[in-house]
Amino acid sequence: MSSGNAVPSQPTSMSTTSGSTGSSGSSSARLSVTVDGIRYADVVEARTLLVQYLRDTIGKVGTVVGCDTSNCGSCTVLLGTADEPGRSVKSCSVLALQADGANVTTVEGLAGPDGSLHAVQRAFHELHGLQCGFCTPGMIMSAVDLLRDNPDPTDDEVRDALSGNLCRCTGYQNIVRAVRAAAAELRAQVTVSGEDAEPAPRQPVEVAP
Amino acid sequence: MTVTEEREVGAARRRKEDARLITGHTNWTDNITLPGMLHLAILRSPHAHARITSVDTAPALSRPNVVAAFSGADVAAVQGSLPCAWPVTEDIVHPDRPPLAVDTVRFHGEAVAVVVARDRASAVDAMEAIEVSYEPLPAVLDLEPAVAEGSPLVHPDKGTNRSYTWIFDSAAAGTGTDVAAADAEVVIERRYVQQRLIPAFMEPRSVIVDPGMGDYTIWSATQIPHILRVFYALLTGTPEHKIRVIAPDVGGGFGGKLQVTPEELIAFMAARRVGRPVKYTETRSDTMLSAHHGRDMIQNVRLTARRDGTVTGLSVKLLANMGAYLGLVGPGVPILGAFMYNAIYKFPAYRFECSGVFTNTTITDAYRGAGRPEATYAIERVMDELAVEVGLDPIEVRRRNWIKKEEFPFTSVAGLVYDSGDYDAATDKALSLLGYDAMRAEQAARRESGDPVQLGIGISTYTEMCGLAPSRILGALRYAAGGWESAAVRVLPTGKVEVVTGTSPHGQGHETAWSQIVADELGVAFQDVEVLHGDTRTSHKGLDTYGSRSLAVGGIALVEACRKVRDKARVVAAHMLECSPDDLEFTGGAFRVRGTPDAAKTVADCAFAVFAAHDLPDGVEATLDADATFDPQTFSFPHGTHLCAVEVDTQTGRVDIRKYIAVDDVGKVVNPMIVEGQVHGGVAQGIAQALHEEAVYDESGTLLTGSFVEYTLPTSADLPEIISDRTETPATSNPLGVKGVGEAGAIAATPAVVNAIVDALRPYGVTDVPMPCTPERVWRAIGGAS
Repeated sequence: MSSGNAVPSQPTSMSTTSGSTGSSGSSSARLSVTVDGIRYADVVEARTLLVQYLRDTIGKVGTVVGCDTSNCGSCTVLLGTADEPGRSVKSCSVLALQADGANVTTVEGLAGPDGSLHAVQRAFHELHGLQCGFCTPGMIMSAVDLLRDNPDPTDDEVRDALSGNLCRCTGYQNIVRAVRAAAAELRAQVTVSGEDAEPAPRQPVEVAP
Repeated sequence: MTVTEEREVGAARRRKEDARLITGHTNWTDNITLPGMLHLAILRSPHAHARITSVDTAPALSRPNVVAAFSGADVAAVQGSLPCAWPVTEDIVHPDRPPLAVDTVRFHGEAVAVVVARDRASAVDAMEAIEVSYEPLPAVLDLEPAVAEGSPLVHPDKGTNRSYTWIFDSAAAGTGTDVAAADAEVVIERRYVQQRLIPAFMEPRSVIVDPGMGDYTIWSATQIPHILRVFYALLTGTPEHKIRVIAPDVGGGFGGKLQVTPEELIAFMAARRVGRPVKYTETRSDTMLSAHHGRDMIQNVRLTARRDGTVTGLSVKLLANMGAYLGLVGPGVPILGAFMYNAIYKFPAYRFECSGVFTNTTITDAYRGAGRPEATYAIERVMDELAVEVGLDPIEVRRRNWIKKEEFPFTSVAGLVYDSGDYDAATDKALSLLGYDAMRAEQAARRESGDPVQLGIGISTYTEMCGLAPSRILGALRYAAGGWESAAVRVLPTGKVEVVTGTSPHGQGHETAWSQIVADELGVAFQDVEVLHGDTRTSHKGLDTYGSRSLAVGGIALVEACRKVRDKARVVAAHMLECSPDDLEFTGGAFRVRGTPDAAKTVADCAFAVFAAHDLPDGVEATLDADATFDPQTFSFPHGTHLCAVEVDTQTGRVDIRKYIAVDDVGKVVNPMIVEGQVHGGVAQGIAQALHEEAVYDESGTLLTGSFVEYTLPTSADLPEIISDRTETPATSNPLGVKGVGEAGAIAATPAVVNAIVDALRPYGVTDVPMPCTPERVWRAIGGAS
């Protein structure tokens, strides 16, 4: 599932507004979405992709666009609800309005509130899992999703799970190493704490539109 | 007290660059938004060759949010022509390359008209309203038809599709004998096709031009901010000192961002026209269509040898597809290869002839290795053919011909002086890592048993010329610029160090490696060094990053700048310690009085003394800064042996890489972790050429591989684990002993893989499989031979 395009199962609410803000005459609607712990309220064109909303409307430029055919996975984010941490989606393949009411986590929201890096981020750094770094946000988010499903993947399972994320620099070898190292670290955390190491979603902070 | 030396150079330091890249705090060009910034959309030609009979931008101008729209005809008088900096012959045919086509389009994807609008969606919507009428013309796409009699001409006014013919002959050059007279007991003649590839950096190109009040600031996802600035000045008439070019975080290049692009000039024209900042960020389809491609050559190779396997001569006739125009260094790419067909071998006679040819396709230019992968492919493939012909193991036939360790420095038949190398050491290590003899035994057993899955072993013993480049050699080859590199080192009052480099990293980790070098040279902490790059306002001198040059040229400039700083500091330290500078040694990060190591001053101590300047020795200026520019006297010559074992399913044509061994000798290593990463990525691209990638046009000249759906970059599931190791023969041509590593893997891997496939299929009579060796092609090769 980590390289798939899952969207939340709950229905999305689209309340069409009068007076289009778009240039094409396409309809617009209200969107309320929590991104990296901050709740946003906006009016967006129906055709706006989630990645366009993230980058162009709310300035979450840590998530990037590498293609226009959903092949590269650079735009991967986690899409979930307040109670559920979310599954990886390619945010170029989700309309912003489909994320209405959802809880989105980008690479910018992965570190802890104190700035401590996620195990996957640390492992990418320690094991040189990136060079130019453009694919890295999507690669990291896909890896996070994989490790929720499979806390102890083999090399082949990592390679398979990340095959929806293209990298041109690394030949993937150190990415595979990094994901497996992160898996080991996360398993150790679970053993130590005796419970799931994934922190609960943080309470959203209200931001005026 | 004991003074210990802890060296940073050689340590697998984790990268400084990572902190922002793994947290999304990046500064890609497309992330930048300026007040009042407008967006550009570019309408591209759907035809490979057509006359433009009319362009009507009025329907676009009437759309909401549109600020401007214009076509090539509207700017014909001012847009000029994009540069080719490497006109390789005096009589090269060099047609104009306008950023926007004026009356004729010559490839699918050529820019025709633009829209400037408030937001990107409005720009794209309006672009689709532009009306263009075309009158299609006959197109020519492939090399051999393009040079055949009666071919359609890409530039009819030039009367030919042949841009240039460049010849090297060892007899004429005095570096060897005549190929025609070479002992030819054995003659091997082969034709190889280097398919067209697309660099496919992950970050699409993006450019922002802020026209300011006539002082332009330009952000571009480029490998070459310094070169770009010079060309902006030359092409737009803007004074150079009024142009600032910034390459912020850049997401890969592989040569693909070594270009002065139409889009960069179009954005400039648009910004100048509307007086506001303009951004253009391409889609992936734009990248595939219009960013330059690589390779696309046909190689006719003739090798002569004696029965004992000794090579006596090599003749290469090359056709190189330039595309519809000449790119920035496009004509020079095959010429770089000209010096590498002789590779690591010491035969006496060599002739090389290359014609650059125009076709109705996207331009080709540098792609990882640029000429050297193609050369290495041809010679390493043909050495395998020779081995079969004379009945020797392919390793043995190479050993009989390669330069021995004790023969360095060695002047090659192409006229280059190889400073160092140890081909036996690298090969022996690779053979041992593979388990060569056991693998050969298993291969024999599978052949014996008629196993439908056959085993093949591919060998690639390569060298390359890196550290581009000695300026005098570039001048002799008619390259417009030099090959030096620059660095500046500034020690701040508190002992922290700022480094300004003329290299322009886009994934190579210069911030880390340069910090390691400075830490050792100045005795400061790794984390106390800040590396500044990619902004012509802070770094005004530089020739940027390509051709495995950054460390081998820029790194040496940095060492020299550090040593100048150290020499200054030594005078200050001696003054403080009341001794002669000659009494001081620099060890353990400080100047120490010989025999009294506790009497010590660090560079930081000197920096504060210089800052205060209360008591400086006479003649010492109150700065602890230095600049240096290094121009190499020769190239550097990394080498190595790559071995690839493949399993080929003879029933389906499927190829699986079972084991891949890369033993590279890149000289001294600053950061082994970064070096290994470069090898992994290079090998991945080399394997991709062998097995996966090809840019394909249909017969009308439409690019069929216009996205990642059709152009099949290997995924994590497609690539093998690479076992990499090194031998270390320091370069003797520079004080660090470094050679460069950026292109090695891409050069070595392609012939290793294809040699392995052909080796597996020798019993089936197969002598070649065209690249990429897809299951279908492998299957057909088997079927066609039987």
